[in-house]
Amino acid sequence: MVSYALQRLGQSIILLVLVSMIGFAVLHLAPGGPLAQFAMSPGMSVAQMQRIAHQMGLDQPLPIQYGVWAGHILVGDWGHSYRDNQPVLTVIASHLGATLELMVASTLIAVFLGTWVGVLGAIRRYSLADYLATIGAMIALSIPTFWFGLVVIYIFAVRLEWLPAGNIATAGTDALLDRAIHLILPSAVLALVTVATWSRYMRASMLEVISQDYVRTARAKGLSRGRVLIHHALRNALLPMITVAGLQLPTLLGGALVTETVFTWPGMGRLFLDSLGYRDYPMVMGLLMFTAVLVLLGNFLADLLYLVADPRIRLR
Amino acid sequence: MSADSGSGVAGSGDARGVEAGTIGAGSGTGARRYRTLRRFARHRLALIGLVSIVILVLACAFGPLLLPYNDIHIDLRHRFQAPLEGPHLFGSDQLGRDLLARLLMAGRISLTVGFVAMILSTAVGVVIGTVAGFYGGWVSSVLMRFVDAVLCFPTIFLLLTLAAMISPDLVTITLIIALTAWMEVARVVEAQIRALRERDFAVAVEAIGASDSYLMFRELLPNAMAPIVVAATLNVARAILLESYVSYLGYGIQPPTPSWGNMLNNAQEYLTTAPWLALLPGAIITIAVTGFNFVGDGLRDALDPRMDLER
Repeated sequence: MVSYALQRLGQSIILLVLVSMIGFAVLHLAPGGPLAQFAMSPGMSVAQMQRIAHQMGLDQPLPIQYGVWAGHILVGDWGHSYRDNQPVLTVIASHLGATLELMVASTLIAVFLGTWVGVLGAIRRYSLADYLATIGAMIALSIPTFWFGLVVIYIFAVRLEWLPAGNIATAGTDALLDRAIHLILPSAVLALVTVATWSRYMRASMLEVISQDYVRTARAKGLSRGRVLIHHALRNALLPMITVAGLQLPTLLGGALVTETVFTWPGMGRLFLDSLGYRDYPMVMGLLMFTAVLVLLGNFLADLLYLVADPRIRLR
Repeated sequence: MSADSGSGVAGSGDARGVEAGTIGAGSGTGARRYRTLRRFARHRLALIGLVSIVILVLACAFGPLLLPYNDIHIDLRHRFQAPLEGPHLFGSDQLGRDLLARLLMAGRISLTVGFVAMILSTAVGVVIGTVAGFYGGWVSSVLMRFVDAVLCFPTIFLLLTLAAMISPDLVTITLIIALTAWMEVARVVEAQIRALRERDFAVAVEAIGASDSYLMFRELLPNAMAPIVVAATLNVARAILLESYVSYLGYGIQPPTPSWGNMLNNAQEYLTTAPWLALLPGAIITIAVTGFNFVGDGLRDALDPRMDLER
């Protein structure tokens, strides 16, 4: 178990190096590279540009530049925002909470709803409900998230006037209920894709489990169907879903970006788009790297958790 | 599509074909009846998908020639005309431009971007996957770890960063969409080629002295076509969706060139007064993407030989 965990850690570190190389390449792909921002300001002479390039170490060979850059990233020096000169990591940290709130809420919806739909589809396989769930999932995966957001805003905020059309809370209030009400629509929108994916995987996993010998044995020794389903089948069918949850992270982060834009939610996604608008490259690069590292970390933790949760793998 | 295939579900392990009768699959006859219905309907779905794609493509190709308005005709007397309530069938926008004409012209752009990005990303994925699967060892390690690394970046973040750094036009947007969508194809192809390489026919071809490239592209690749076709079809859906995301967020296809995504760009501010400006383009995107996903799923079932075992 320890050797597997170490092996997985090694893979993750190699991936991290590759991820950082891609990030570095993207940074230098920008027109004018990291100097683009200075090139835009008027009255910049060539000599001044060269001096700044020298100060930023841009006249060094690329491998050395990468080494310096990666070193800074490692010690947490991710540069400063062009806009307000705040450290990149500080700004990201201040926006992380709102995004996590949204992601956690939508994941809860997705796990509850997706598990239920998936299990139902598996035990009532080929029923009308299963059939409708299949089509529903495929359509849900085809709807553009931002448009779904606009549709629910139109229905629930514009037409019915039940729920607010955006923002994390009513300005000036700090009531918990108010925040919860603001959370309903965006988290439901973000959950659309994850519910669909989760229910599909859940159904497949459940189907696999209920055909196992131990499930038949449990039934044969006289346990009730419900008890076998919940205690034997569901618990085992949920195990591989830990990995699925890890694999969903990139989709979830991307979906959060779009959802935050539609609902003017003050999270990382909005920060990213605002930074793009200002050509605030340190922020953009910081967020790009941050999300990639988050995905990497999430997948690594999911694998570890799976290791702890499933004794069959632990003992191997 | 061959007749009577498929009771599997996208991405699930159904193909192993174990009857769920062990634990309550409902009453026997009912389940069987729905199963037939389901099989029938799966075909129906792929068919519905195909028909809606063909209709969309034909409408976008020829529709603008038949309409009384073109997509850039500004008609300030008929601003914000609701659908079916005036001369504009699908309504008009804030400048009085005909929404239907704009939707069709946008469709030309969005569908073209989708198709071309699919071709490019599939080509890249096939080449990388084939080389990695064929040579194995460190070649495969390097290439596939690179694939893993690119997949760590949430696609939309990567796409927006790249889009913001280039001057966005049709060609560059298509290129960067392709650049962020080849990884899944590479994974599928790599697994296929790696398995095929061990088969007797591959060993035999190698034994008679065929070159590596002959073996890879003339012998192995044709045998891996089925999953590639499926992945490519699903990639069109993905590319259309990605284009709509970047364009909606303002970094994709730039107005006045309409695309399905950028038509929604400022629709949100008119959501109260002119909801059709937001609802109709999104519905068209959904129809197109669903169509390609249905077809891809139908192809997966039709092309999967394991399905035959189940009957």
